Amino acid sequence: MASEAAARPLPVVDFLKIPDAGEPYLEGTRCKACGSVYLGERSACSKCGAVGQLEPKRLANEGELYVYSIVHRSFPGVQVPYVSAVVDLKGGGTVKGNLIGIDPSPEKIKMGMPVRVVFQDALGRKDRDGNSYLSYFFEPA
Amino acid sequence: MSDAYVVGIDMLKFQKAGTAKSVQDLGGRVALLALQDAGLTIQQMEALYCGNLYQAGAMVGQRILQEIGQTGIPVVNVANACATGATAFREAWMAIQAGAYDLVLAVGVEQMSAGLLGGGGGAKGIPKEGLLGSATMPAVFAEAGQEHARKYGTTFEQFAKVSVKNHHHSTLNPKAMYQIETPLETVMNAEMIAYPNTKLMCSVNVDGAAAAVLASEKKAKELGLMKRAVRIKASVMTSDPWQERDLVMPDVNTCTRNAAKKAYEMAGIGPEDLSLVELHDCFATAEILHYENLLLCGEGEAGRMIDTGAVALGGKIPVNVSGGLLSKGHPLGATGIANIYEVSTHLRGEADKRQVPNARFGLTHVIGLGSACGIHVLEKVA
Ligand SMILES: [Zn+2]
Repeated sequence: MASEAAARPLPVVDFLKIPDAGEPYLEGTRCKACGSVYLGERSACSKCGAVGQLEPKRLANEGELYVYSIVHRSFPGVQVPYVSAVVDLKGGGTVKGNLIGIDPSPEKIKMGMPVRVVFQDALGRKDRDGNSYLSYFFEPA
Repeated sequence: MSDAYVVGIDMLKFQKAGTAKSVQDLGGRVALLALQDAGLTIQQMEALYCGNLYQAGAMVGQRILQEIGQTGIPVVNVANACATGATAFREAWMAIQAGAYDLVLAVGVEQMSAGLLGGGGGAKGIPKEGLLGSATMPAVFAEAGQEHARKYGTTFEQFAKVSVKNHHHSTLNPKAMYQIETPLETVMNAEMIAYPNTKLMCSVNVDGAAAAVLASEKKAKELGLMKRAVRIKASVMTSDPWQERDLVMPDVNTCTRNAAKKAYEMAGIGPEDLSLVELHDCFATAEILHYENLLLCGEGEAGRMIDTGAVALGGKIPVNVSGGLLSKGHPLGATGIANIYEVSTHLRGEADKRQVPNARFGLTHVIGLGSACGIHVLEKVA
């Protein structure tokens, strides 16, 4: 039995937070012992091993393009070309996602260029229950 | 602790993915070839270490013994991504080093399917491929190569030259899947898979198997096998240490750097003493990174190294004379032992047209994403 589709879009990943009021944002984990910031939850810090020192950290929406690839062949049904981008966010945290709003060409894309995080529907993809999803993307700042 | 030796080794010519009869057939046939190379039989083996990834839950080593002789020996099945074969070989080496056995067999075998590896979505929610970037292997290694380009200005053309070199080498190797010259323009103009990796800069999925017989020094001497024996000077494995971007950008460098340092120390030699290297060119971009990771050149010099021809047959330090994974093929669980086969063949002076003259020391390297690095240093004995 298929469940009812949610009225609001669901987050595409656990680290995308959609508050009842205010803008969506990405959330990382920060280690109070060593200061490192990363995505996802752990039992202990994966850098220093500290236990009980992890706290949630709201990640910035501004960052810089660290590296990218222009993907021309993917799995069936995935629209190509698109830019797979690794972005270092200001204040810590590295996130991978699609870079949009720019020609998928090595002449146009510059490593180190400033980018911002934007939140949009997940390319129209829906799960088996008909839920739609909110995703994050990068665009040139 | 005495040295351990490779006294028999062989590989099957790699074949098109999905065309092999079965994993146990591939593994059984190659095991017999390695035993024959040593002049030994399965009855003399005291243990079997079997590397296979895609059927890791299915007792592949025991099924191989069904093909060639169920002697009742202990069998250990290992899986470690692309480092699977190297891990099986290393377990065999460790058993001999520990004094547990004098003669053991290591087999690496894989039946592959065609197409892209990686990028599989989770069961929850919606597929993420092409939505949150790409997790396909060509894109992952493209991004790793782009990091080198960002730091040192390495060009698309330099990455492509790796493929030209390895494909040229493959024309001298009858056991390579493909033996086709591919000029630079052909490589650069081939279908772009994930910039800067074109189709000809991606390794070939193949079915394949390789096997080695390892012996203690005492046993190798007793059986009169030292003449064609290859000494295992170093065997090292590492996993990925923490790195700030590793969740979204697998670190393909640090585990190799750490393993290389340990391997040179264990072997008591430096990179300048090597006659040849078989390294993990799963993508052309990866090979460039590993020149530096394995200390074959200085930091940032890898692009220039491919330009000068130092890594081609006839150059200062030939790399992937077999044709590499780019043209020889990449059967995940077999790759590590196949690399050891290639280097051993040169150290024995039996590599025919692609022989590296006077080869004395050789290094083999594989990485498995997720994440493991295996390095072996081998030495000519006689
Ligand atoms: Zn920490």
